[in-house]
Amino acid sequence: MPPYAPDRRQLLAATALIALTAQGRTPAKARSVHGALPWSAHEAYPPTRVSPGGWLFFTADEAATIEAMANRLIPADDLGPGGGEAGCAVFLDRQLMGPYGSSAWLYMQGPFAKGTPQQGLQDEYPPATRYRAALDAIAAHCREHFDGRLFHALSPQDQDALLTAIDSGRSGITGLDEKGFFEMLLQNMMEGYFADPIYGGNRDMAGWKLVGFPGTRYDYREMLARPNQPYNEPPVGLTGRPAWNGSPA
Amino acid sequence: MTQRLPPTDVVVVGLGWTGSILSLELARAGLRVVAIERGPWRDTPTDFPTTTAPDELRYGIRNDLFVRPAQETLTFRNNLNETALPIRNWGSFLPGNGVGGAGVHWNGHTWRWHPWDFTNRSSTIERYGESALPADNMMQDWGITYDELEASYDRFEYTCGIAGKAGNLKGQIQPGGNPFEGPRQRDYPTPPMQMPYVPTLFGTAAANLGWHPFPNPSANMSQAYTNPYGCKLAPCTYCGFCERFGCGNYSKASPQTCVLPALIREPDFEARTDCQVTKVNLSNDGKRATGVTYVDTQGQEWEQPADIVLLCAYQLFNVRLLLLSGIGKPYDPATGEGTVGRNYAYQVTGGVTGFFSGTQNFNPFVASGSAGIVADDFNDDNFDHEGLGFVGGASIACVPTNGRPISNRPVPPDTPRWGSAWKRATHDTYNRTASLGIQGSVMPYRGSYLDLDPTYHDTHGLPLLRMTFDFHDNERKLGSFALDRCEEAMHAMGANQLRRSERTGPYSIVPYQSTHNTGGAIMGADPTTSVVNKYCQSWDVPNVFISGACLFPMNAGFNPTGTVGALAYWAADAIRDRYLKAPGPLVPV
Repeated sequence: MPPYAPDRRQLLAATALIALTAQGRTPAKARSVHGALPWSAHEAYPPTRVSPGGWLFFTADEAATIEAMANRLIPADDLGPGGGEAGCAVFLDRQLMGPYGSSAWLYMQGPFAKGTPQQGLQDEYPPATRYRAALDAIAAHCREHFDGRLFHALSPQDQDALLTAIDSGRSGITGLDEKGFFEMLLQNMMEGYFADPIYGGNRDMAGWKLVGFPGTRYDYREMLARPNQPYNEPPVGLTGRPAWNGSPA
Repeated sequence: MTQRLPPTDVVVVGLGWTGSILSLELARAGLRVVAIERGPWRDTPTDFPTTTAPDELRYGIRNDLFVRPAQETLTFRNNLNETALPIRNWGSFLPGNGVGGAGVHWNGHTWRWHPWDFTNRSSTIERYGESALPADNMMQDWGITYDELEASYDRFEYTCGIAGKAGNLKGQIQPGGNPFEGPRQRDYPTPPMQMPYVPTLFGTAAANLGWHPFPNPSANMSQAYTNPYGCKLAPCTYCGFCERFGCGNYSKASPQTCVLPALIREPDFEARTDCQVTKVNLSNDGKRATGVTYVDTQGQEWEQPADIVLLCAYQLFNVRLLLLSGIGKPYDPATGEGTVGRNYAYQVTGGVTGFFSGTQNFNPFVASGSAGIVADDFNDDNFDHEGLGFVGGASIACVPTNGRPISNRPVPPDTPRWGSAWKRATHDTYNRTASLGIQGSVMPYRGSYLDLDPTYHDTHGLPLLRMTFDFHDNERKLGSFALDRCEEAMHAMGANQLRRSERTGPYSIVPYQSTHNTGGAIMGADPTTSVVNKYCQSWDVPNVFISGACLFPMNAGFNPTGTVGALAYWAADAIRDRYLKAPGPLVPV
């Protein structure tokens, strides 16, 4: 695997070196800064906005399973939509196509050893590979034990029972790293429910409304004069609010 | 093939807080300075504008601002009998990267350490006797006193515009400040921050318990401020995206807001970014540094000759560079001999979360990295340890830094982790939960150290640093003692249910605890037990100076940055006022 993929800033740095060499300031292949703070308009790099529709990583069955799992981990109720409805599977699908899914930012050189719990992640395989293997194992288990049906076709009671069994490490599913998979799934579903909607989850800011988090408002000084009083402004995301884009709030 | 560049007076490795301060001070003294930084250039308007900065997933969870372990990491084991394995993903601590370093994503708690810290060994023996020292400890005095550093603390506070209230002005205890701090010559440059609601509850409770609560000294601005370099900061807006994030408001003191705008105007300063220094080059006799070797993003190797080399990388990476360069004798835990890598220390962390009943609106998102109330009554040697069975202590802080919901949505004990009951509890408790945190000292021990790993390498083929560390009984006892105090305070604040988060079992690199790693290149008065003298100058190679928390012989119950910044000014003064006049050892060996 590539040991260290350059990010956009490094590519910028590589671009800058040509100009610098031309100026004769330094022969080094690096970004040289002197004399003035470097700045050019629109250099900030925001995250790419996720567009719903289609699956980039998951198959249709895998996606349906993740949506069903999301809806059991975060069920729909009078407090708001379930995790699947809020886009957690879309969120995860896009995350698995990026540096998170491939562990591109992590140290992935061998040798690999199991290690102690205190030594943390030592898995040779990145999340994308681990999801694929785990969903295969769960699908095979469901087909065998539920008359050929997949996880998303099970009753909510059966789904809960199976997730509970995986969570507690006694599902008996062949070839499944139960603890590793469940911890990863739970973390990713919570990320999807509570991350900025720009990443494809937290649809209609459902997660933020659940707890009353106002999002990216960035200025709460007015509240210092109103201790222990409710904050009543609706949440705002990185791309604003639906109302700002012509849709109802 | 290595290409040799024209020489410069000073080469600086790492352009964070200490690298930028030393660069500016020495450039103004007339020296030509080249700073070489492993990561990218970073600026407020391009890298953390308000339109992209408040992104919990990107910065708080995926760690966009930190060094990527793929580029540089270290290995870890709890003790000498284990095989160290690489830290593949950050957890316990989050080393910075790029211009500004950890000064970009810190919270801004800016302490002067206690006079006791600098004389921890001799003061402990004086008060409690030699038998009070923990088994296998390597405690030693710093070779410098608080009084010597006082003026340098002052300079760093005025560079940053720290918001706070003096507790000890020239020996006179001041109401409302920290009565346990060492004497200061003048007050903080700006008044304390306005408090969110929950810290005011703690302040009342702590005072009722007979403690001495005071406002946390903060590098988030309570008002607009212009520092002595002419750099301007703006009032904090309590956005709740501070630690792990850059500040889009110019409200957090950082190299970007406080130093770089002045530094970049120095005609004899140049920064080179995306370049990894791999070695400090030495003369044939090993007694003089001739410059550094670094690798650019294309893999090309360059040699930058220089008369003075300043190691200003993060604590861990300064120690690694010393070991890779063969400066000083590596520490050997079997014999206790050698200096480089010894006295690695960390911090005891933990906390108590209180769940309140009824209608509360704690609004955890109304938060700043540093706005809060602290009690220093049970820190270091601020209380009588007779009969307690440990040395050191912890600060107790109520500094609610955020309500970011991916990571901060506490639920009462015994709540399921998922499903309907979890969702209901999350909804019900988010806005009526308060937390107290401890930050406890860690003493150095014979088996806690840093060296080079025999197996794992970075992308340049160089050995990774290896950390060997675990907590000892002394630290577990002091953590437990401080958490008992937190429980008392949380009850007094009115919580009706408590959850105590205490680190038990071996130290783990998985859960986040503290990016306050210390030691490994410590300062001292004796070249056989320290890497640098009191002027931060290498005993072995006198034209190498070292900065940062790697200098600390032990770790205190306070955040390190105030002392890191003070030592940078102290070293700058020593280089300018002493070393340049007579290049050579500033303390006779």
